[in-house]
Amino acid sequence: MSTMTFGGAINSGLRRAMESDPKVILMGEDIGKLGGVFRITDGLQKDFGTHRVMDTPLAESGIMGTAVGLAYRGYRPVVEIQFDGFIYPAFDQIVSQVARLHYRTLGRVSMPLTIRVPFGGGIGSPEHHSESPEAYFAHTPGLRVVTVSNPQDAFIMIQQAIACDDPVVFFEPKRRYHVKDEVDEGADLASSSMEQARVVRVGGDVTVVAYGPLVPTVCQAADAAADEGISLEVVDLRSLAPIDFPTLEDSVRKTGRLVITHEAAESGGLGAEIAASITDRCFFNLEHAPVRVTGFDVPYPPSKLESHHLPDLDRILDGVDRALGRPNSRDQGFHS
Amino acid sequence: MTSETGKIQAGGTSSDDSSLVQLIDALGRRQADARYDHYVADVDGAALRRLYEDMVVSRRIDAEATALQRQGELALWPPLLGQEAAQVGSARALRADDFVFSSYRENAVAYCRGVKLSDLLRVWRGNVPSGWDPYSVNMAPPQVIIGAQTLHATGYAMGILADGADSATVAYFGDGATSQGDVNEAMVFAASYQAPVIFYCQNNHWAISEPVGLQAHVPIARRAPGFGIPAVRVDGNDVLACLAVTREALERARRGGGPSFIEAVTYRMGPHTTADDPTRYRDANELEGWAARDPIARVAALLDSLQLLDADYADSVRTAADSVAAELRAECVGMEEPEAMDLFRNVYSTPHAGLARQRDNYQRYLQSFTDPPVSVKE
Repeated sequence: MSTMTFGGAINSGLRRAMESDPKVILMGEDIGKLGGVFRITDGLQKDFGTHRVMDTPLAESGIMGTAVGLAYRGYRPVVEIQFDGFIYPAFDQIVSQVARLHYRTLGRVSMPLTIRVPFGGGIGSPEHHSESPEAYFAHTPGLRVVTVSNPQDAFIMIQQAIACDDPVVFFEPKRRYHVKDEVDEGADLASSSMEQARVVRVGGDVTVVAYGPLVPTVCQAADAAADEGISLEVVDLRSLAPIDFPTLEDSVRKTGRLVITHEAAESGGLGAEIAASITDRCFFNLEHAPVRVTGFDVPYPPSKLESHHLPDLDRILDGVDRALGRPNSRDQGFHS
Repeated sequence: MTSETGKIQAGGTSSDDSSLVQLIDALGRRQADARYDHYVADVDGAALRRLYEDMVVSRRIDAEATALQRQGELALWPPLLGQEAAQVGSARALRADDFVFSSYRENAVAYCRGVKLSDLLRVWRGNVPSGWDPYSVNMAPPQVIIGAQTLHATGYAMGILADGADSATVAYFGDGATSQGDVNEAMVFAASYQAPVIFYCQNNHWAISEPVGLQAHVPIARRAPGFGIPAVRVDGNDVLACLAVTREALERARRGGGPSFIEAVTYRMGPHTTADDPTRYRDANELEGWAARDPIARVAALLDSLQLLDADYADSVRTAADSVAAELRAECVGMEEPEAMDLFRNVYSTPHAGLARQRDNYQRYLQSFTDPPVSVKE
């Protein structure tokens, strides 16, 4: 065991993946000498060379499209998108090419790309630096989408994503990059799957689902709820596509109540998918309609407003109250 | 340019025919060229005949596929009529280990790469997402998103460079594609990494209904030097010139000289696809002018002048092309239909729980039509 920051754990995971497979190459803007704007690739170009850690021109579609060509040639590109809001120029190459080439070629060409995206808000940035675009990608057949909530998962799952023969969009909660925790570097990659959700807190009254940056927030909410005698079961989704529904079902069958949280806008988000699917799968176990606590359907706001936009401990507890049918902000006489 | 009403109008001139590399003129006369002659010095009578045969067969395949579409056997077909020289000349310059990333119109290139006839049609019949194994002929499946493949060709070429190999890639695209961001980004990347990629633009003058002047105010090849990429404009209806300029670009790529840009100036004599009606937007006179520059007729004239086009030979070429067409037709109409469950195959390379559930549910649904009906209690 060693203590690492979140970012350091991804760096170590990348290093491990590059050591074990010479076909793994990193591509992105400022990832070489600078080590990336978040320093996630710090030192890797020095140790592996410019041919394996490539600074690219500032063109996201260009990065993604050339990564496709490199994958055709047998390489395993790991692409860094500098910020979530910069991924859109690459959207066409991701959705029309990366996601479909295995299907289009009847399985003859694999696209084992890993697309690393620092995502989410909470760092006081200007526009385009705090987006949560995961639903676009989770909606796209052919892609796998994962996100990590702690250094240990970051270390393991980045390696699992790189080893996966399908393209993986790997969302990193940028506001947690500096969180430190113990990481077991000897953990066996094969002993876990990045597609399994994890129950991070066992409880009996309400299931609260979170992923990425909100997992620690929901755990704090669980502590606060416990003080009031309410027991929350916290599930870290980890994989957003596919979603590990069996784990969610087990939890909801037990609690009968479900709260889903994410920073992304509510409409058409992962919460809608989870609510619909869980209602379909365990309708007769539900004591209350699934509740969503999410970002609002607004463009990501200026930083002085982001604390209103991001679900925090109190909004999550308010959602828990709704799921329990306890007094909450929605029953002051104004039902929306 | 600004019109009299002050409205902004797009459309410049990009069809300046001066400065085109030409080794066979429109009348079939061999033109000497100090720079390019040595690239085709090995093309003797027999080799010239082979280029002629490739073009005749390609045109015959194209005509047959167009007919198959008209008869309802194909959903769609993108004819290459008029572009045989641009495609055959460049494709015949390639080695087996070079890799082609094309658009959807490069069926003569695919034929030259050795794609099976049935595999050419499969996707256009709607049976499969693409026709052939890219690694069996080193050619990616047709790309429908305009210009996207130029980045794939560049990335693959970056891989060639990293591997220390001396092969190259060719990106085929049209004049319309040159307006796309991807094509411009591909040239940035190719120049930055000095990737061994050839940007082969077939300027066929039309992007569906939009004339090339809407895409570019200057000859398209002039853009490449701005990216640091050497460029050449070639008579795209001259198979020998297309072969020569592609060989030159390949030689540059193989010796570490980086990317090249070729603008093959040609003409799409047919519709954009079988769903298009070019009489709505272009002048019949224009077509006539280009018919006089037909890529196959000029090689026939050259062969004739070399006493290499006697009646027996001409007959044998025609007969061979007809038998390819017959084979194409037979393979098309005899093609195996896809199974319903093919829908779910190859979306992922490893099992996917969500999709497996949908597949199983759909299979049960289909089964419900064939299984004995369940008795319902009143």
